[in-house]
Amino acid sequence: MTTTLARGPAPTAPAAGRAARVRPALAWGAAVAVPVLFLGVFFVQPVAEIVGRGFVTDGRLDLSGFAEVFARPRTWRVVGQTLVQAALGTAGAVLLGVPGAYVLYRCRFPGRGALRAFVTVPFVLPTVVVGVAFRSLLVDGGLLGGLGLDGTVTAIVLALVFFNYAVVVRTVGGMWERLDERTEQAARALGASPWRVLTTVTLPALGPAIASAASLVFLFCATAFGTVLVLGGRRYGTVETEIWIQTTQFLDLRAAAVLSVVQLVVVAAALTVAGRARARTERALSVGGPAAAHPVRLREPLDAVAVAVTAVAVLGLLALPLVNLVVRSLRTPRGWGLDNYAALAVPQDTLAVSAWHAAGTSLRTATDATVIALVVGGLVALVVSRRPRGTAARRAVGGLDALFMLPLGVSAVTVGFGFLVAMDAPLGLPVDLRTSPALVAVAQAVVAVPLVVRTVLPVLRAIDPRQREVAATLGAPPGRVLRTVDLAVAARAVGLALGFAFAASLGEFGATSFLARPQEPTLPVVIFRLLGRPGAENYGAALAASVLLAALTAGIVAVCERLRRPGIGGAW
Amino acid sequence: MTTHRGPRAALAAATTLVALTACSALGTGDAATPDATGGTSGGTVTLVTHESFGLSDGLLEKFEQDSGLTVQVVQQADAGALVNQLVLTKDAPLGDLVYGIDNAFASRALDEGVVVPADVTAPAAADAQTYAVPGDDDGALTAIDLSDVCLNVDSTWFADKGVTPPTTLESLLDPAYRDLVVVPDPVTSSPGLAFLLATVGAFGEDGWAGYWAGLRDNGLKVADGWSDAYYTDFSGAGGDGPRPVVLSYASSPPVTVPEGGDTPRTAALLDTCFRQVEYAGVLAGAKNPEGAAQLLDFLLSDDVQADIPGSMYMYPVSSSVDLPDDWARWAPLAEKPFEVAPADIAEHREEWLSTWSDTVIG
Repeated sequence: MTTTLARGPAPTAPAAGRAARVRPALAWGAAVAVPVLFLGVFFVQPVAEIVGRGFVTDGRLDLSGFAEVFARPRTWRVVGQTLVQAALGTAGAVLLGVPGAYVLYRCRFPGRGALRAFVTVPFVLPTVVVGVAFRSLLVDGGLLGGLGLDGTVTAIVLALVFFNYAVVVRTVGGMWERLDERTEQAARALGASPWRVLTTVTLPALGPAIASAASLVFLFCATAFGTVLVLGGRRYGTVETEIWIQTTQFLDLRAAAVLSVVQLVVVAAALTVAGRARARTERALSVGGPAAAHPVRLREPLDAVAVAVTAVAVLGLLALPLVNLVVRSLRTPRGWGLDNYAALAVPQDTLAVSAWHAAGTSLRTATDATVIALVVGGLVALVVSRRPRGTAARRAVGGLDALFMLPLGVSAVTVGFGFLVAMDAPLGLPVDLRTSPALVAVAQAVVAVPLVVRTVLPVLRAIDPRQREVAATLGAPPGRVLRTVDLAVAARAVGLALGFAFAASLGEFGATSFLARPQEPTLPVVIFRLLGRPGAENYGAALAASVLLAALTAGIVAVCERLRRPGIGGAW
Repeated sequence: MTTHRGPRAALAAATTLVALTACSALGTGDAATPDATGGTSGGTVTLVTHESFGLSDGLLEKFEQDSGLTVQVVQQADAGALVNQLVLTKDAPLGDLVYGIDNAFASRALDEGVVVPADVTAPAAADAQTYAVPGDDDGALTAIDLSDVCLNVDSTWFADKGVTPPTTLESLLDPAYRDLVVVPDPVTSSPGLAFLLATVGAFGEDGWAGYWAGLRDNGLKVADGWSDAYYTDFSGAGGDGPRPVVLSYASSPPVTVPEGGDTPRTAALLDTCFRQVEYAGVLAGAKNPEGAAQLLDFLLSDDVQADIPGSMYMYPVSSSVDLPDDWARWAPLAEKPFEVAPADIAEHREEWLSTWSDTVIG
């Protein structure tokens, strides 16, 4: 990633590199063009094509679908349910996640690294597995069956928070960790209470990161589809589940197109609100200081509350379903044992590959996706981090930012089916990408890009522009300013972004589930296939494979965390 | 690690990533794309199918050796969505042969002209003809396998409670079976749809909705998909759920023989079944229609037909292969499954699903 960013503005190699020194405008142009082209080909065009089909009847524009779809009472109900579920899920994730970010990124305690990796695990679990992990606790007779939560909105919201907790912890934590502690210390020295310091100094400084996290979570919640269907059922259907049903089951592209537009409006509104909130709170921060972590101070009421909230969230909400999964994976027809794990090494009857082999495929595909996402997302973050003087240019930069968030807010089925109709000859080239393994990686990258942007951007934006000005005044050419100021700071967010992008790719969000899969299945696909077959062995192997996926994710995230040693600026 | 090594570690990692990419899926992607016009005698043939497709090791390879064809399999998660994807890609088909269109979606595939007639020469073709879609006179869809979607009961549960298990659809309305049944949602699950069709076949166009209202009032649970229902809600499949009656297949019981026992823990209720037939067909506009026809013949060959029960939990259409012993014993097909004509399904599916949703989900 660091090398990627270093070469970022000049991805077309040496020629452009020279130009960057001579004419920065050209380099910036390329920095904008590469991501825009990527998004245009692999997102905008497929979505436009499939939505367009819904609005064209016999070669004519036909918008009567709007009247028809809006006349259905169900439409209004699903729009309302989408907003309520997404709002509750976001609120829950932020309320639990901000204290979590404090504990995991501002406090020092043994096992912190492992815990940081652990909270990311729910993020990658396939929905069918989350269904097993949650629902087997919640059904009658389950450990928490007495609560009567199975098939309720509460269950959906809990699962949404389970899934998105890490998004808040990581996005906010990455910022919190490098807030200069001296500002807080000064406030305290001047007599402010810890509560007052928190509300008037710390939280305002974290505002952009919290808004960033909240907008990501909102998009994930608003487009959650498996989670809603598995835990709540269609009664609590959302715009996303409705699009899925209209497209895959009824092939009613007209209704699906109208709903896609509705979804786009909801998402755009959410992004605008989040953008405003970010802009209001955004400012240059002193982030150059050393990473400030201190031992847990349980005597201080605020610390105690943060630790308590985090303990409840991590143990109750995250660990309980995951432990449930592990326990179930150890149960075999012959009693307790590792048989299910042993089964992972051998090719499952007819899956053609062993789970380990599939894990390798998953890793390779996720690596491809991560590299693409880091290049594209890194460039976007770099461009968007600038504050051009002209109003039009500033708007354009804001627009670019919002544009790259859209893949999280547009229905996966819309993108997936869009690929089907648009990727047989992308850009008019005679390459059928639809059944190519490359498309799986690209589809994963499309979803990972916004995560990279949201992780790197708050850090880049917090750089005081005067730092760059000083560097320039001292005679550094633009390329050097970029390297010594921006990249040095961005490098610290790299581990976070890397882990995030990798996790998202391993978890296969979005359009990947609708792609036609070539022979080599990834781990989530193998899990899905195993769970689709009867027999205790298949069930056990599916759960063991899920635990493997979880362990793999935690391991990779932990490694990525180690890449982000703070305080490395000087080396650049 | 000192802080100075941070960037170098990051650099090393980035380099490793790039290096990995070189040997990863992107790097090999092109070689595997189906439209690479193969130089071998038969070229490449692409099979488009659903996630449940699979054959025992070596079978496909043997076919490749015998035919000189290279087989590329592309799989799609959702069987219901498969036909819709084929309809959408009619002008530029995803492959040459499709396998896995069932009788609930067969009419749509035929009406949309997704598949074209093929010359099937395998001996089992005559058996396949028994299951031909009415109206498909040219044989665009060829039956490959079938199964009965039936309610399954956890016999152990009923024995432990001293309750007689239900046997028919009607008996499930008995208050004795209150809160005991779980089925997957017919809108999001293909066996779920098959069971809805069973009730349409059993109670007729005017009666089935009333039956479902009765089920609902007797504590019916609707799960999202087959896996949720079978593993999480059902008591007899290893997931320890609370309900002893679940919608599954006639072929499910043999895998529930407990360790050390010889009788399955579960049984299929053969008076509650809908027959699901899976078809294959050569795609209209296929690049390699001859190869597709060869592959179709292969699917009807004795080798594949005999392999289908073990690998896909379906019954072969061929009458010349033997079922596995435990299937012959514990997984008989229904003698008189409920039927609904494919044309009726195509015409009313959306209306029925919508009525079902209004009745059961509310």
